[in-house]
Amino acid sequence: MVKISMTVNGKNVEGEVSPRTLLVEFIREHLKLTGTHVGCDTSQCGACVIHVDGDSAKSCTMLAVQADGSNIITIEGLANGEEMHPMQAAFKENHGLQCGFCTPGMVMSAIDLANKNGDLTEELVREGLEGNICRCTGYHNIVKSVLDGANAMKAAE
Amino acid sequence: MYEFNYDKANSAADAASKLAASDDGKVLAGGQTLIPTMKQRLAAPEDVIDLASAGLSGIAVDGDIVVIGAMTTHATVASSSDVQSVIPALAELAGNIGDNQVRTRGTIGGSIANNDPAADYPAACMGLGATIITTKRGLSAEEFFTGLFETALDEDEIITAVKFPKVDSANYQKFPNPASRYALAGVFVAKTGSEVRVAVTGAGNDGVFRAHKLEEALAANFSADVVDISPMPEDSMIEDLHASAAYRKNLIGVMTKRAVQAC
Ligand SMILES: Cc1cc2nc3c(=O)[nH]c(=O)nc-3n(C[C@H](O)[C@H](O)[C@H](O)COP(=O)(O)OP(=O)(O)OC[C@H]3O[C@@H](n4cnc5c(N)ncnc54)[C@H](O)[C@@H]3O)c2cc1C
Ligand code: FES
Ligand code: FES
Repeated sequence: MVKISMTVNGKNVEGEVSPRTLLVEFIREHLKLTGTHVGCDTSQCGACVIHVDGDSAKSCTMLAVQADGSNIITIEGLANGEEMHPMQAAFKENHGLQCGFCTPGMVMSAIDLANKNGDLTEELVREGLEGNICRCTGYHNIVKSVLDGANAMKAAE
Repeated sequence: MYEFNYDKANSAADAASKLAASDDGKVLAGGQTLIPTMKQRLAAPEDVIDLASAGLSGIAVDGDIVVIGAMTTHATVASSSDVQSVIPALAELAGNIGDNQVRTRGTIGGSIANNDPAADYPAACMGLGATIITTKRGLSAEEFFTGLFETALDEDEIITAVKFPKVDSANYQKFPNPASRYALAGVFVAKTGSEVRVAVTGAGNDGVFRAHKLEEALAANFSADVVDISPMPEDSMIEDLHASAAYRKNLIGVMTKRAVQAC
């Protein structure tokens, strides 16, 4: 077992894990933050996307030990009390989800995209969400949500 | 995933000696190939040695040569103003590997050590005439890539950097598998003076290869009109559920023409 510690959603957390524990398992099973989903075992679906030191990453394709000492944000870390993050609100407003399984990963990827690009375009959003698969929506409303959410994030700055 | 011991290396030499001391060890770079493979139990190393703190990341320009540290991520190469100005085709190639999340963690060293027949970087190494620097030696791309998922690396040898020479013009065109983003066929064309190199990934049964006949034709007349793939043996192409050998062979012609036109 290996001792690890990291900051998750602003709080310091510690744990003892086997080296083979995936970061997503640590988040879901040790920290009980089940908003981060697992949708595949081939690193392709993006349901598990979180932020590691400011970059979006697939938490199913990282070992928990690799995240030792890092700063992690999960979907649970976005809202300010009862007030949703502008990107979450935009998904709600634009009907950017149906079953919702892909949504946490979509929102985390979308925020990273908005943070790293000046002005988002439909093309940039579609390209930027390459690593997130949705089985329900056909993406149309997701793209609308992300464009809206990115604008709202800018307005809130 | 099977159990393993996890250790960190603080330098390439440290990683190499830890590998040498292990019966069945593997180094961990971005983990974007190794972790999925271990999850599927297709790889089950006893010791995993993390290169994250080995100080192998970074990009330097040395005259007309771009030196990229093995642990440099695809995202860093794609956004590097040095790479963009000296070898723009290389930055563009890195920016089209997989998706944002894969590019944030995946590294150049991991990609070429893995030598996936559908990976992008092997085409750039072969097309640009790169030198792969390891803890033991420097190898040309032709010496380094020895076959499907095979390289010239010894069990305890680690890639430390890749050196890419500047060329007059270069372009990479890939036809991505729409689901995985890996290349169904990808062609890297590079031109320096009267020399032309054409490297093909995604299509060949033995992994990345140079298309010598195309190179000769293009060296004589650098025009998309001279691209003729008919002499290429179809039985040397990959045939799988994603595409037939004939389709892949045809794609090589299409991608080469596009790359020549964009050069
Ligand atoms: C969804 C998805 C899509 C992808 N799409 C593409 C694509 O379009 N094109 C493409 O080219 N690739 C693609 N990849 C692969 C990606 O580029 C990987 O990052 C890369 O192949 C492996 O790099 P890594 O740093 O993650 O290495 P790891 O997974 O950590 O390691 C891979 C192998 O290389 C060895 N290794 C790592 N570093 C070194 C070193 N310095 N010296 C010696 N051996 C080393 C490891 O021991 C291991 O055997 C994709 C991956 C995923 C998950
Ligand atoms: S669970 Fe599918 S990419 Fe992580
Ligand atoms: S809303 Fe159901 S998978 Fe995207």
